[in-house]
Amino acid sequence: MRRSLVALSMLLSLFMAAAATGQEDEKPKWPGVDETVVEKYAKELGREARAPFFDTDQGDLLLFLFTLAGAIGGFSVGYYWHKMFVAGRKDRED
Amino acid sequence: MKMLRNFLPLFAGLLLVPRPALAMHISEGILPAGWAIFWFVMAAPFVAWGVRQINRRKNADPSYIPLIGIFGAAVFVFSCFPIPVPVAGSTAHPAGTGMAAIFLGPFASVVVAFISLLLQALFLAHGGLTTLGGNTFSMGVMGSLSGYGAFRLGRLLRLNLFWSGFLAGVTADLVTYFGTSFEMALALHGTKPFLSVLGQIYLAFMPTQIPLSILEGAVTGGMIVYVQKHRPDILRKLKVIGEVAK
Repeated sequence: MRRSLVALSMLLSLFMAAAATGQEDEKPKWPGVDETVVEKYAKELGREARAPFFDTDQGDLLLFLFTLAGAIGGFSVGYYWHKMFVAGRKDRED
Repeated sequence: MKMLRNFLPLFAGLLLVPRPALAMHISEGILPAGWAIFWFVMAAPFVAWGVRQINRRKNADPSYIPLIGIFGAAVFVFSCFPIPVPVAGSTAHPAGTGMAAIFLGPFASVVVAFISLLLQALFLAHGGLTTLGGNTFSMGVMGSLSGYGAFRLGRLLRLNLFWSGFLAGVTADLVTYFGTSFEMALALHGTKPFLSVLGQIYLAFMPTQIPLSILEGAVTGGMIVYVQKHRPDILRKLKVIGEVAK
């Protein structure tokens, strides 16, 4: 079980390392399925995506917001994980 | 603690991926106004029922709140970070709603998906406000209910916890993308045959989504096994174990 979890973590890390290095160019090497499927088919069917109402895709703002969202999401998962599986488990054992 | 250490590369990896999302949600403006409103109306009762489910469970058991914290944040993060799939040459992301539906309840998972999608539309230029109803219906309603149903079916068929969770993760992911295809085909097929457009869009998702759904299934199954090992009382409260053999 532990071995498979380590293998799974490594696999995920590899995927994410690739994600972190896969989009350096202006045009992404790894376009998302929103672009390759959703927007492509919508365009073919006569409908195009419009700019978001709150367009945060300006300069590095979007990058900053993604960093912030990742950090808040990560801390939230970690905090409640600890509460549930570390502190909560100890409470049950006492 | 050992498990936590195993997952550290995952969480560290999450922080290394602060990239603009290239994702699967229907982008702003793609659904015509009538269909956008229709999907809001369709999703609203599920969200309302989900709020009720959260309040009821929270009042019955305070330990439900940390679960909401974990799986709410997990759905938000899962559904906005892109994972490249080398065989397809494109990126997409898991939904996370199958896992959330098992631990939080299928309707509570709809609320979690709605809030995640709203935040993504407001701050991350991801999805859209006009398509929020459609995206909530595909990822929240269809993903959560199908994932939960698949998990229950797996247990009825006496699959073990891992494989039941695996089935839930795979189903939630694939059904979510089916929902997206369905909504697009319904709104945009025009004079073309609906089924042909639906098939084309859904098939175009598959090279990226099949590998990702397997990954999502493995993560969902692994999570249930972890909880069963370390906090089996949670699964008993949720009636995940106890009624059929482990």
